[in-house]
Amino acid sequence: MQAINWPALIVFVLLFGFITWLGFAAAHWRKGDLDLLHEWGLAGRRFGTIITWFLVGGDLYTAYTFIAVPALAFGAGAIAFFAVPYTIIIYPILFLAFPRLWNVCHKHGYITAADFVRGRFGNRWLALCVTLTGIVATMPYIALQLVGIQVVIGGLGLSGTGFLADLPLIIAFVILAAFTYSSGLRAPASIAIVKDILIYVTALAAIIVIPIKLGGFESIFSAIPPDKLLLASPGANTTGAYGSYATLALGSALALFLYPHSLTAILSASSAHTIRRNAAMLPAYSLMLGLLALFGFFAFAAGVAHLPEFEQGFKEFGNNFAVPALFLHAFPSWFVGIAFAAIGIGALVPAAIMSIAAANLYTRNIHREFINSNPTDKQEAQMAKWVSLIVKFGALVFILFVPTQYAIQLQLLGGIWIIQTLPAVLLGAYTRWFDSWALLIGWAVGIVAGTAMAYAAHLTPIYPLTIGGLSMPGYTAFYTLILNLVVAVIFTPLLKPLSSAPSTDKTLPADYYA
Amino acid sequence: MSEHQKARRGWSWWYLLFMVQFIAVLWPPFYNSVEPRWIGIPFFYWYQLLWVIIAAVFTAIVYFATESEGGHVAGGRGAQNGQQE
Repeated sequence: MQAINWPALIVFVLLFGFITWLGFAAAHWRKGDLDLLHEWGLAGRRFGTIITWFLVGGDLYTAYTFIAVPALAFGAGAIAFFAVPYTIIIYPILFLAFPRLWNVCHKHGYITAADFVRGRFGNRWLALCVTLTGIVATMPYIALQLVGIQVVIGGLGLSGTGFLADLPLIIAFVILAAFTYSSGLRAPASIAIVKDILIYVTALAAIIVIPIKLGGFESIFSAIPPDKLLLASPGANTTGAYGSYATLALGSALALFLYPHSLTAILSASSAHTIRRNAAMLPAYSLMLGLLALFGFFAFAAGVAHLPEFEQGFKEFGNNFAVPALFLHAFPSWFVGIAFAAIGIGALVPAAIMSIAAANLYTRNIHREFINSNPTDKQEAQMAKWVSLIVKFGALVFILFVPTQYAIQLQLLGGIWIIQTLPAVLLGAYTRWFDSWALLIGWAVGIVAGTAMAYAAHLTPIYPLTIGGLSMPGYTAFYTLILNLVVAVIFTPLLKPLSSAPSTDKTLPADYYA
Repeated sequence: MSEHQKARRGWSWWYLLFMVQFIAVLWPPFYNSVEPRWIGIPFFYWYQLLWVIIAAVFTAIVYFATESEGGHVAGGRGAQNGQQE
């Protein structure tokens, strides 16, 4: 049994206390009427370039990413680095498409992707598909953030049996739920600033200190087995690991901004310029993520998996314990506290934004659309606050009572599902050509085929597609998106003559520009 | 604004710069090798990390180039400091 690391624990608790205070104080920051949904859920769309940078960075580069990407490098090697091309190509997409979406959402008061789809295509069922996909894909993602907290709590040496074992996580969860309820999006925005500073400090220290301790990069990489150091060269008649690597990067990039929490953070920006400027500034986080992926190799070279003091941690958390073990191994205790706080707080920021995004979706696109079509502003905001609590509580219950493996698998499926909303949301920002029912059929085919392919691939992201003797293993989300698009393109001309209603597009071409 | 201005807002030739980074990082045969190393880091890793920086510079270039083309001025500038809605 690992002993409690007191200096690290004290620093960790102090930093957690500070952000708890900050989360509640945030309610008064750039004060708005928190009884309005766009004030609570989008912080009044007033965040400038710098705050948006912290918020989107804290939102997209989640604690789980910081644990899981190095863990993948630690276990599987070079393939984990797909996260780098992935986070390179998201920015052209952000730069080109999202200012358009921001403008149209701003003009019409849309706060979710489903709001936009409802207005653009006038089909409440298509909007419902986008809503449900968003909520279902978000839930396991929140659960995985709590896994991130669990891993660092384990690293601090806090352990127990039964209820006591879960107590630290429950405390962290209650803090998260309370400040999100009271301050809305302002809370994660203010906390993101603290979290990002902590994580940059940690990453910089690690990239300088650890290679020196391990005798330089040369000796670190010479400790990595050759088959993990590079992608395996594809043999004849297959695109092999190259195809997997590229489709993982491309598919993940196309899916990222369709997640509700991404759009929530983007829509809280004060202008389309803010978004475009951030597309050039956010890669600073990608660089850090790339360095963090290297930490997986550092951990491998340091041999943390074979040190007796980390045996318990690896048994409990698997490779996800690689980075916490590396920090415990390489840093003085007080600094471990800072590094772990960075990860723990880093989990709260996206978890808060995800629960707000899911709450916005339920409130606007299910409750208002199908249950109570004429709520007062206050009722609407109150509903969202309650839903944000329910969503987080669901994620907590999931993590406490269901094996972590299921959350990971559901999150994988979530990526395959959310990408199916791309034609309606992202292409919808450019064209009204598609028939809304054709989009719905394409979505359904993509969801069913993607789920079936994922099961056939034993819930791994790579599906071994073979066409005419050529084997092309690749990311299921990417392949099923193509299928979805083909179906939508085929059905659009077939269904268009059948729809008797005149154009239901509430948006005008000029709405997509500033 | 005129129709011509609208069209220019929709497309800029500067956007082609984005294509370069897609090709550079999505084609693994370009970079799946150990040599040449840089301070001991295999090419596979430092090449992709370097592209993070190059891509950011490209994006900044496109940003400044398209902003100064004048098509994007209306409406947005005033809100830059984040104070107003």
